[in-house]
Amino acid sequence: MITLDPNVPAGPLEMKWDRRRFSGQLVSPTNKRRIKIIVVGTGLAGASAASTLGQLGYQVECFCFHDSPRRAHSIAAQGGINAAKNYQDDGDSVARLFYDTIKGGDFRSREANVYRLAQISTQIIDQCVALGVPFAREYGGQLANRSFGGVQVSRTFYCRGQTGQQLLLGAYSALCWQIERGQVTMRPRTEMLDVIVADGHARGIVVRDLVTGRLSVHTAHAVVLATGGYSNVYYLSTNASGCNVTATCRAWKQGAAFANPSFTQIHPTAIPPIGDHQAKLTLMSESLRNDGRIWVPVSPSDRRPPHAIPPSERDYFLERRYPRFGNLVPRDVASRAVKAICDEGCGVGPGGQGVYLDFSDVIRQQGIDIVRERYGNLFEMYERITGENAYEVPMRIYPAPHYTMGGLWVDYNLMSTIPGLFVIGEANFADHGANRLGASSLMQGLADGYFILPYTIGHYLATVNSPPITEDHGASRAALERVKARLKKLLQGKGRRRTAASFHRALGKILWDHCGMSRRAAGIRGALEAIPSLREEFWRDVIVPGSGEALNQELEYAGRVADFLEFAELMCHDALHREESCGAHFREEYQTEDGEPRRDDDRFAYVAAWEYREGETPVLHKEPLNFEFVQPTTRSYQ
Amino acid sequence: MKFTLKIWRQRGPNERGGFVTYSVDEVSPDMSFLEMLDALNQRLIATAEEPVAFEHDCREGICGSCSLVIDGVPHGPDRGVTTCQLYMRRFADEKTITIEPWRAKAFPIIKDLVVDRRALDRIMQAGGYISVNTGGAVDGNTLLIGKDEAETAMDAASCIGCGACVAACKNASAMLFVAAKVSHLATLPQGKPERTRRVMAMVQAMDREGFGSCGNQYECEAVCPKHVSVRFIAMLNREYLRSGILGTKMPARSDPPHGESY
Repeated sequence: MITLDPNVPAGPLEMKWDRRRFSGQLVSPTNKRRIKIIVVGTGLAGASAASTLGQLGYQVECFCFHDSPRRAHSIAAQGGINAAKNYQDDGDSVARLFYDTIKGGDFRSREANVYRLAQISTQIIDQCVALGVPFAREYGGQLANRSFGGVQVSRTFYCRGQTGQQLLLGAYSALCWQIERGQVTMRPRTEMLDVIVADGHARGIVVRDLVTGRLSVHTAHAVVLATGGYSNVYYLSTNASGCNVTATCRAWKQGAAFANPSFTQIHPTAIPPIGDHQAKLTLMSESLRNDGRIWVPVSPSDRRPPHAIPPSERDYFLERRYPRFGNLVPRDVASRAVKAICDEGCGVGPGGQGVYLDFSDVIRQQGIDIVRERYGNLFEMYERITGENAYEVPMRIYPAPHYTMGGLWVDYNLMSTIPGLFVIGEANFADHGANRLGASSLMQGLADGYFILPYTIGHYLATVNSPPITEDHGASRAALERVKARLKKLLQGKGRRRTAASFHRALGKILWDHCGMSRRAAGIRGALEAIPSLREEFWRDVIVPGSGEALNQELEYAGRVADFLEFAELMCHDALHREESCGAHFREEYQTEDGEPRRDDDRFAYVAAWEYREGETPVLHKEPLNFEFVQPTTRSYQ
Repeated sequence: MKFTLKIWRQRGPNERGGFVTYSVDEVSPDMSFLEMLDALNQRLIATAEEPVAFEHDCREGICGSCSLVIDGVPHGPDRGVTTCQLYMRRFADEKTITIEPWRAKAFPIIKDLVVDRRALDRIMQAGGYISVNTGGAVDGNTLLIGKDEAETAMDAASCIGCGACVAACKNASAMLFVAAKVSHLATLPQGKPERTRRVMAMVQAMDREGFGSCGNQYECEAVCPKHVSVRFIAMLNREYLRSGILGTKMPARSDPPHGESY
């Protein structure tokens, strides 16, 4: 039975983190040397955590499935990272970043966590500068800022369109240093396939060496999951092809509660889909909305090329519906508006799935050079994919699954419901509520990894005094057997009919149609019927050639698809039970007359944390959200 | 569109490899090169044949995973792109396309088109960092960094570590990779304290891994998906020379020249 204790320190909001840091027990330097911590994943959260824990003196064993820890998908974040530095003196503060984030999340996140995130944000920038991250600078040498979706201040720090890459390389270089010092043992091309729980505590993991296929057990005093999000459950998303839900899904099946799985963010500015062959949707940074204007022809039948349509016959629908924020409304609001206008038949491009993102005004006002300097690489990327020059013809964009606010439930200390299992970065549910604001994921990943986990895990290690289990402990052997059985099942019976990708695509379509940008009860119920039968078919008909004793990319992929097929059902249960519209979760039954979402704080101001039960419907546990410091309001951007 | 593909297949690190010819049809010009390979692999899997192993992840040109030599050129015929950003409209219909892995002594083949690039990580571990602990960093604006310096550092830092520079070089040299990292950190004030040691350590690690020396032919720059310039190799050479001169420690003296007497 799961109990949800958020473990938030008492006292005023500004004091909570200080109090926790002071009340937490410390591990003595000599003991740290004897303590081993496993970190799974080397994105911003994983790499920053592993390097910091190594620097503190713990023995760290770090795993990633890529060939190098530098390739994790954090690398693809384009736009920037938020921090309440108020360098622009435009009214920013820790309190405002806190408020923007909690409001942006539609009042479905924990106040104390979000406030801590805002407090730490300023340290992150300083830390990254110290590590040599080449942030954009003004001529005078000071750090440059830009404004970014959903806020009215300029608090976003950036490195051209490659902020994620540069921040990750910063964390990766810190990790390299700790590897060189012998504090971190790095195991690339190694995938975690199960978590080992002994006497109620997480004590290790089972991994597969992707080159040799060898399975092995690794035990430790604590396990940290930094394994990212699960947008790839939709098949087409902006995520890298390797992103998956396996680690968090396996932890869920071993007893970690999964929180708000249906809170999935659909990003408004991706390049529209074109055909069945497509392997992914490419994101165009949200920063483009700072200068680009979004429009469609007023008349659905208007098939003229964009430049031939006079301004009076264009509908700048975001500026019209949300005059205060215009094109900078948060992602969920923009995505829904784009989908709605396309559903009305006004969409442009193939299949009517697209709206224009037009730079002609800013090019006229500020010159093409300014635009090239700001967005050159994005325009290049767009041209390569579509064959169109966006300096001359407006870009076309359409929403795409991008980020998952849902994740394993964690308390204020970032510990899951399995003691000793910590979850950081996108893999946890903690800070973004029902919708994440732009440039906040990098902030959260680094806050968790550099500054929060290294403190909170110390308290756990200092207070729980149980040595790691051995490789032949019953729990280790049981976990290893589970993994073996599953791999065997995937590999047996060659010569069956369907590839794993065809199942993945079918699953993606079900979810996109019924548990995507807008949802209704009947559709979700349909999905809940369709998914189990698809899963049954998968286990009956999937073809995985080759063996488990060598590099076998199809085996890796089929295993991930199998977990998506299981996890998708959980998403649908969560979406069905939440009878309200909040943030990225839009239930068609719960909207106002003009199509804005209707939240229900009386019934749903809680975190939905789901417990796994074998062969049964998952069990819902609620963590009530008490707002002591902010008053939940209707989230209006009009 | 239709293509004939000659693909390097090799079952394992110690097995003999060879080219296998496949034909693919119904290729859309809007497909990326990797999507075309996906389609081939789907066909192979459906007949329980082992698909062609190749690396890919972000599919938007930033993670540095994808690594194919296409008709003799790493990342294929377009300038400034990774393989995943190459589209089939770039090729003439009915063409024969040859696909090979990165070939370099320091990058042993694991399977088919997948190679082991950990040598690059080991070079980074030798010194590609600033030794600074988490916490206690001063305010980011305390260090004023002129726009030009910041831009130069950013130009160098944009290296994605794919290894195309090595694959293109007839000496399989990793000079452009090392130059990018050394220049990035040597340009910034934060990187200055360790500048002398860093370049030596990284160059030594590069030599240890079996990468060749620079032949000054600029193939590396030509195939670099991020347009990292060979100017940075010149900067690396300067840094190396500087380190050679400054790195020699002054002999320790027992009494300083103007020592105080106690």
